[in-house]
Amino acid sequence: MTTSIGVIFFIGAIGLSAIGIAGILLSNHLFRMVLALAIAEAGANLLLILAGYRWDAVAPIVTDPRTAHAMVDPVPQAMVLTAIVIGVGVQALALTLVIRTRQRYGTLDMRMARQRMQDDLDAAAGVTPSRSLEQPAGARPLPLPVEAAEAGVRHD
Amino acid sequence: MRSLATLLFLGGLVFLLTILTGALPFGEPPMLVGDAIQKAAADEVGAANFVTAVVLAYRGLDTLGELSILFAAATAGGLVLGSAQGGSNRRPAGFIMRAGTDLLFPLLLVVGLYIVMHGHLTPGGGFQGGVVLAAAFFLPLLARPSETLSHAWLSLVEGLAGTAFIAIGALALLDDKAFLTPLLNKGVLGELVSGGSLPLLYLAVGLKVGAELASLLSRLASDEATS
Repeated sequence: MTTSIGVIFFIGAIGLSAIGIAGILLSNHLFRMVLALAIAEAGANLLLILAGYRWDAVAPIVTDPRTAHAMVDPVPQAMVLTAIVIGVGVQALALTLVIRTRQRYGTLDMRMARQRMQDDLDAAAGVTPSRSLEQPAGARPLPLPVEAAEAGVRHD
Repeated sequence: MRSLATLLFLGGLVFLLTILTGALPFGEPPMLVGDAIQKAAADEVGAANFVTAVVLAYRGLDTLGELSILFAAATAGGLVLGSAQGGSNRRPAGFIMRAGTDLLFPLLLVVGLYIVMHGHLTPGGGFQGGVVLAAAFFLPLLARPSETLSHAWLSLVEGLAGTAFIAIGALALLDDKAFLTPLLNKGVLGELVSGGSLPLLYLAVGLKVGAELASLLSRLASDEATS
């Protein structure tokens, strides 16, 4: 009985992580990827909390020093406290990058942003714009033969 | 093709984790360190909240690392967004927002400081209280977008709080103890002034987290408004 309830809890936490990872991998929208990251973090935090759970135990805080209760493990809770704060920092940083991408390329769609970034790179390198990753970027100027280059240097 | 690989990977991950956690006895954690900490923490650290005892005393160095990660994230965010030039030109919010902000600001300050100062007794502490403090200073920016927070002051508070955390930790070195060993008199378990130097450490953490998040939020808000 108790183990089956535990399995349900664990499946909930693992499912949250799976939904988050699927969102990160399958989505092409940058903001949705940040949200999926938050969901995956919530699942991981739940897994950690569940690892320290005990039946018939109270929160790890002494309310009355004379009576001793069984308490849940405080170590995973402290780790989750750490993980939540770091998660906030990471999400804030990700959002700043998303804002900058949107300002620079005018879109939050990852494929479109990547294409425009490629166009920018091509324009900066002076080659003809390549619209596809499979096709080569067109004719590039060949480097000088080694002997001629060395001869030029010596004569100078 | 990419979707198929993703789904295969996810299925494998879920299967692996389910098998691993299914083998664990739920509700009977196999870890021994939790029991040991519960037996020893009340005498060794003197904080009624054992999570605080773990965060600030047993794993104090990890908390310092966590603070540096948060600092790095806030600094990188500020670097990417650049310095906010002046307030935005958005119109101020409506009457209800402005009046509510004026009412909520002192309340949020008191609640935030309460949570920070009672971190060693009740659920809460420097991180949670610091976020409430950051929200208190961010609300006026929502109500009156033309105002800005003084980033010089925020950096000063942040730097001083971080220095105080490290200095309190380093004071233990003078006494031939390990870095961040709790100092001072432990007092009576469960009273406000107890736990030695833990409330001071959490006050430093609260001020640092509050200043960092407030500066990050104000940068985000002003940048989003000007774009």
